[in-house]
Amino acid sequence: MVTPAPLTPDQVWAWLEDVPDPEIPVISVVDLGVIRGVDVDGWAVTVTITPTYSGCPAMGVIAMDIELALAKRGAQDVRIATQLAPPWTTDWMSPQGLAKLEGYGIAPPRAAGGPDRCPHCRSQDVERISQFGSTACKAQWRCRACLEPFDYFKCI
Amino acid sequence: MDAALECVLRQADNALVLGHRLSEWCGVGPVLEEDIALANTALDLIGQAKLWLEYAAEVQGAGRTADDLAFRRDVYDFKNALLVELPNGDFGQTLLREFFFDAFHLPWLQALTASPDARVAEVAAKSAKEAAYHLERSAETVIALGDGTDESHARMAAALAYLWPYTGELMVDDAVDLGQDAMPLPSSIRPAWDTTVNAVLAEAMLTRPDSDFAHTGGRSGVRHTEHLGHMLAQMQFLPRAYPTATW
Repeated sequence: MVTPAPLTPDQVWAWLEDVPDPEIPVISVVDLGVIRGVDVDGWAVTVTITPTYSGCPAMGVIAMDIELALAKRGAQDVRIATQLAPPWTTDWMSPQGLAKLEGYGIAPPRAAGGPDRCPHCRSQDVERISQFGSTACKAQWRCRACLEPFDYFKCI
Repeated sequence: MDAALECVLRQADNALVLGHRLSEWCGVGPVLEEDIALANTALDLIGQAKLWLEYAAEVQGAGRTADDLAFRRDVYDFKNALLVELPNGDFGQTLLREFFFDAFHLPWLQALTASPDARVAEVAAKSAKEAAYHLERSAETVIALGDGTDESHARMAAALAYLWPYTGELMVDDAVDLGQDAMPLPSSIRPAWDTTVNAVLAEAMLTRPDSDFAHTGGRSGVRHTEHLGHMLAQMQFLPRAYPTATW
């Protein structure tokens, strides 16, 4: 019988790239920046995650999705650790994640506090409807050129 | 009760009670966007309450969970300031209360990030980002309503007169505050609160009342308003009626 080679953290990171955010499935949990560490011991894995918002109901689903995805690939004894500090920031989102957000119709976070253009028609003539939106991480904006409302991913 | 534990419960209960009050707007907000905003703010606060209650349960070391502390304590065991348990009133009153709380909450959490208790500092740092966002919105809304129509201005003036005597308790030190060193004294937040509140009230065309009388009794738990019991009766009904329910 051949003993399988031990798992590597890089392999686990690659698998996590395939775990979608449950609310915004176009980006992965890695793109979202909530994975803070991967520890591997043989085929046992501990994934450290950090919450986006204190009350985000998706965090429980994210933890479960990670466990299932890694277990499906053969990882054993998958453990999810939660780390609060340093607090999550949208600066940790990946560049490809930001591009995927815009392609999906969600304006990516910007330090200026608002989107610079409409994710649909690219017009810069945009206005805020509300500081909050359909999930804890988004706000509602509108394009004055194409008149479409759109989500903006809050910058924190 | 241990002063350190009581201080953690005060953070938890402010967030939990205000979070529950805001959640009462869910489905009945004046417009959809505001309804969603109130529900999101409630969600942040209830999430913060969970972080504090988890820590409180650990400090207490009696095998209780965050849910036990939320749903199986009675009125006099709650340590929230009176301000947050008051009924919502109209939309303006809800937002003015939110603003008074946010104007305290943000500098308070920022001060807590320097706590020698690492867990307190961590939860505060996480919560402060959310509080900054809440303050931005509540301040803007108070200005919009105070400096709005005759009707909205009159309602905000009435809300101000009603809420004002409940604001001081947030920043009154008591024996519990003085008996621990994990958190700064609430009175140290007064200058920052005054600066924010004075600026926003002025821009909202509202006159700051000159009384500094403060109702107290919420943070100590000895004299809550009659409203908290009614609120808890609703908030705690399900887990008390069905103690073995899980979800």
